[in-house]
Amino acid sequence: MRSIINYLKEIIFGVWSLLKGMKVTGSYFFRPGTIVTQKYPSNRKDLVMFDRFKGEVVMPHNEKNEHKCTGCGICELNCPNGTIEIISKTIITEDGKKKKAIDKHIYRLSMCTFCALCVKTCPSNALAFSQKFEHAVFNRALLIKTLNKPGSQLMKGVE
Amino acid sequence: MLPDIVALTTSPSLSVPWWKVVYDFSSLTEWIDASLHNYMSPFWTTITEMLIIGVLILLFYAVIGLFLVYAERKVCAFMQNRLGPNRVGPFGIFQTIADLFKLLFKELIPIKNADGFLFNLAPFIVIIASFMAIAAIPFAKGLHAIDLNIGVLYVMAVSAMGVIGVLLAGWSSNNKYSLIGAMRSGAQIVSYELSVGLSIITIIILAGSMQLSVIVEAQRDGWFIFKGHIPAFIAFIVFLISSTAETNRGPFDLAEAESELTAGYHTEYSGIKFAFFFLAEYINMFIVASIAATVFLGGWMPFHVGHWVGFNYIMDFIPPFIWYIGKTFFVIFLMMWFKWTFPRLRIDQLLTLEWKYLLPINLVNVLIMAFIVLMGWHF
Repeated sequence: MRSIINYLKEIIFGVWSLLKGMKVTGSYFFRPGTIVTQKYPSNRKDLVMFDRFKGEVVMPHNEKNEHKCTGCGICELNCPNGTIEIISKTIITEDGKKKKAIDKHIYRLSMCTFCALCVKTCPSNALAFSQKFEHAVFNRALLIKTLNKPGSQLMKGVE
Repeated sequence: MLPDIVALTTSPSLSVPWWKVVYDFSSLTEWIDASLHNYMSPFWTTITEMLIIGVLILLFYAVIGLFLVYAERKVCAFMQNRLGPNRVGPFGIFQTIADLFKLLFKELIPIKNADGFLFNLAPFIVIIASFMAIAAIPFAKGLHAIDLNIGVLYVMAVSAMGVIGVLLAGWSSNNKYSLIGAMRSGAQIVSYELSVGLSIITIIILAGSMQLSVIVEAQRDGWFIFKGHIPAFIAFIVFLISSTAETNRGPFDLAEAESELTAGYHTEYSGIKFAFFFLAEYINMFIVASIAATVFLGGWMPFHVGHWVGFNYIMDFIPPFIWYIGKTFFVIFLMMWFKWTFPRLRIDQLLTLEWKYLLPINLVNVLIMAFIVLMGWHF
C-alpha cells in the first residue's frame, strides 16, 4: 500500500515539476517584451548600449578642453599588450616651475583586449570606456589614436 | 451537384443555415466525381481522382512541412527570449523556403562503404509512411481522402512503418552513430507505440468505432475529452507524451541527440535526402497532432456547449477546416512547448517512463473507461 502511495506521489510531483518548467517558457512565449535580441543594423540609430559596456578607451575632456591625465605612465606600465604609449613633455608653469605633462597619449585599438586595467589603475580617473563599438576601418593606421585632444591642458587641481 | 448548392443556399424555406451547406465538402466532391464520370470510363475516373488527391496531398504536405519548420523556429525563439528568423521576408516567413532551395541545390554525397540501395531507399520509406497516414485524416466534412472503417488502426499502423526507414538509414550508413541512433529510435518507437495504442483504445471504447468519420460525428454534442471525464483527460495526456516520444521529438529526441550522436540516423545524409527525413519528422508531428485533435478534441466539429443555442450557432459559423487546423496547431504548440522546456531523457529513463508509468496508468485507465461506459456515466 505504501509503495502505491509513493508511486502516485512520484507521478504527481513529476507532473507538477514539469508544469513549473512549462510555466517559465510559456510566460516568455506570451510576453514578446522579454525578447533581448537587438535587430542591430536596422535599429542602429536608436541603439543604446549599457553603461558598463567596454567599447574603446577614451579620455574625457571638459568644455574648456581640459583632461585629467598627468602623464604619470601607470596605464602604460599596466597595459599587458603594450597598447598605450605616453609621450611626455616638460612645460613651465606660471610660477616658473618645470613640470611634466603629456604631449601625446597614444592608444592602439588594434592591440587592445579591453581588460580595463588602464581605466581601473589610473590614479586621477583620466581614462574611461566609451560605448562606441563599431571599430571597423579601411586602414589599420586609423586604429592608432591620440586620446588627448590637440591643445588640451591638464585640469586645474589635478596633480 | 453544384447547382443544388445554389438552390439550397437561396431557398428561404430551408431550416438548415446556408453555411452548413457550403461548409460541407461532400457535395463538391460528389459533383467532381459525377462530372468526371460524364467524360471518361469509371477506371480512368478513379485514376484521375487518385492523381488529383495525390497532388493535393503532396502540396499540402510541402506547405505544412515548411510552415511547421518555420513555426518551430519561431516558437523556440520566443521561448528562449530570441527573435528567430526575421531576415527573409516579413518576420522571416520565407526563411524555410530559402532553406528548401539551399537543400535542393546541395550535393548528394555518396558514402563509400554504405549499402547504396538501402541508403537511397530509407528516406523514401520514411516519407511514404507519413504520406500514407495523411490520406486517412478527416480535414473537414467530406474533405477526407479515404474513410476506412478501421481508420485509427490504419493511421497507427502506417505511421509506425516509418521506423523501418529509420532502421534502414542507420544500418545502411555504415556508421556507428547512425546505427546507435537508429537502434534507440527503434526501441523507443516500438515501446511507445503501445501507449499510443492503449490511450486511443480508451477513446475507442467510448466512441464504439474505429472509423474516423464516425468518431468525429459522435463528438457533435461534446468533444470526447469532456465527454469521457477524467479517464479521457488522462488518456489525452498519455497520448501527448507517448506521441511526442513516437515522433522522436524532444525531450525524447535521444535518437538524434545532437550532442552525443552528431545527428543520429541521418548523420550521413545530405541535401534533399536529409530534407526528406527532416520533413517526415515534422509531418509525423502533424499527423499525431491531427489524430489527437480528431480523437480527443472533436476533429472538425465546432465547440458546442449543451443548450446555449446562440453560442452554438456562432460556433457553427466558423468553417470546420479552421476548427480542425486550429485544434491541430494547438496540439502541435503543446508538443513544441514540451520540446523547448524539458531536458532530454536518458535511454533507461525513457524506458522506465514507458514501462513503469505510462503502461500501468494506461491499463487502469482503459479499465475505468470501460466501467464508465458500461454504467453509462459519460455524457
